[in-house]
Amino acid sequence: MSKLIYLDNNATTKIDEKVLEAMMPYFKEEYANPSSMYDFSIKPAHAIKEARRKLKDFLGAKNEKEIIFTSCGSESANTAIRGYLSTVKNKKHIITTKVEHPCVLNVYKYLEKNGYKVDYIGVNSNGELDLTELENAITPDTALVSVMFANNETGILNPIKKISEIIKNKNPETKFYVDAVQAAGKVPINVEDLGIDMLGISGHKFHAPKGVGVLYVNSKTMISPLIIGGHQERGKRAGTENVPYIVGIGKAAELAADNLEYENTEIARLRDKLEKGIVQKVYNARINTGLATRVPNTTNIGFEYIEGELILLHLSDLGICASSGSACTSGSLEPSHVLRAMNVPFTSLHGSVRFSLSRFTTEAEIDYVLDKLPAAIEEIRKISPYQKELQALKEMKTANV
Amino acid sequence: MWDYSEKVIDHYRHPRNVGVIEDADAVGTAGSIVCGDQLKIYLKIKDGIVTDAKFQTFGCGSAVASSSMLTEMIIGKPVEEVKKITNKDIVDQLGGLPPEKMHCSVMGYEALEDAFKNYKSEGYVDLDDLKKEPKEKMICTCFQVTDKVILDAIKTNGLKTVEEVTNYTKAGGGCGRCKGEIQKILDDYYSGKTEDKKDEKMTPTQWVLKVNNIIEHQISPELVKDGGDIELVDIKDKDIYVKLKGMCSGCKNSTMTLKVFVENTLKNALGDDINVIEVK
Repeated sequence: MSKLIYLDNNATTKIDEKVLEAMMPYFKEEYANPSSMYDFSIKPAHAIKEARRKLKDFLGAKNEKEIIFTSCGSESANTAIRGYLSTVKNKKHIITTKVEHPCVLNVYKYLEKNGYKVDYIGVNSNGELDLTELENAITPDTALVSVMFANNETGILNPIKKISEIIKNKNPETKFYVDAVQAAGKVPINVEDLGIDMLGISGHKFHAPKGVGVLYVNSKTMISPLIIGGHQERGKRAGTENVPYIVGIGKAAELAADNLEYENTEIARLRDKLEKGIVQKVYNARINTGLATRVPNTTNIGFEYIEGELILLHLSDLGICASSGSACTSGSLEPSHVLRAMNVPFTSLHGSVRFSLSRFTTEAEIDYVLDKLPAAIEEIRKISPYQKELQALKEMKTANV
Repeated sequence: MWDYSEKVIDHYRHPRNVGVIEDADAVGTAGSIVCGDQLKIYLKIKDGIVTDAKFQTFGCGSAVASSSMLTEMIIGKPVEEVKKITNKDIVDQLGGLPPEKMHCSVMGYEALEDAFKNYKSEGYVDLDDLKKEPKEKMICTCFQVTDKVILDAIKTNGLKTVEEVTNYTKAGGGCGRCKGEIQKILDDYYSGKTEDKKDEKMTPTQWVLKVNNIIEHQISPELVKDGGDIELVDIKDKDIYVKLKGMCSGCKNSTMTLKVFVENTLKNALGDDINVIEVK
């Protein structure tokens, strides 16, 4: 592949060279099992301790003991949700949202089949959560409220602090799980300030490799392990520690914290430039979300009367990587549950494209996309059976300018 | 990333015959924007030949490739031949499609079928449609898929499971509530119930019309080519009485003609249990 413009950083990210560098010794020389009783294991054991401290700082936790290393975001979610519920077996009510990531949503679908009642809170057309509905849903029987920090498809940020206050006021015993996979490295996270009981993140979304995640569980919340075995992670997650990857996510967290400001100024500027440029240059483009409360790297644009997979294939021919909420890309036949929950019109639902940037995205790359994308969209529009509707859109847009 | 064949990639990158035929003789559509893909096909027909075809597609790479390939397959072909094209032929020409994308080829077949349903010039009325239409029942309300579409896909592609039916027709891919009904269609088909039911529901008049339609449109034109012809004399349930005219009647091969060609054609269309009897 010659040219590569990678704008799919919500799917996964490139490993930072510094992360890889930090990991390398633990693949090669320092391969000892950190639990062993000789000097050779001191360095890996110390490296894990150091990584745990970095994650504690990164998430604003009070204590290193609250950090559990896992293999991925899905494991973090499963451990938190199922691990906590198994300690409060008499409570059978859960509240979550309609727009959660499948790794959380499907856990609740599974629990529904196993005797739990789950309420799914809806969102408005900007993707913002209905907090009144959430508050009204909390009962004395509510074991858990589970809300994502930022949505993977739209980038919409949920008012986590407000939600934790609502929960604690209505039922102080109800625990709060936050899937923060798409927030880590994009916005500051402070579990103490935000009143979060459990929170999950995944390394490969912020320039660590795939195969490592973190679960924060505060000291007041008891969970039983999902993976039962050895004493590792204070008995919360058995299995010999994946030392190089744990070192990697530690380094990545440190770098992400250093880059938070850049992310929220420069990357936000590039994202805004990209989406404004597309909407200006492409008459059948619309932004699928409100503009205010989003992570700085994400935009979700609907191209009306054309289909998303075809857009991605044409973009791919130009070396541009993005993703779509169209049914065709998922293989599930159903378009994005997130955009449907937002009532995005069918005319642009299947033509929705998500661009997600990272700190490695350059202005030249954004300019390249803005230069090439309009002609690609024009080509696809020619095939559409909705020529009349497209013509009307074009005239409307011209009249508005 | 889908594992698309080189032909599929070539066709979505460079789709052939995109556009509209303003004075089309037949126009067919399939799918809808709600479901995520829609195909519109325009045909120009002259002297029983498809002289031109154009398409417009709202859909993914394989939908565009299926539509584009379909137009290439039908231009210059006789209508009778085009009507026999199934989704499987489209898939074969494309060098295969991923299982989850089979419905794109079915959409091509449906649009073609729809075009001929609307094609009434040259005095042609397809009696199959008169018979079948009132029988069609919506099975999948999420994707608007009828029992006929499902059954056609099962027959053409030898589908065995609900999952396969979903891949080919989308039926059952939404809320999933119709999966039981799809299973029943599969069960009925493989236990042989489906075919019986079809005949049971046909009135005697519809049966006569159907037999006559086949003789008039499929058999007679062939015999005329050889200077002969055929006339339907009577129908008594499964016994079909025909009279050969012109060249055929005196021809020493007439028995062979009847046995081989007439009988085979009728049996193909009506089932193996009919009898063809020549009236002198």
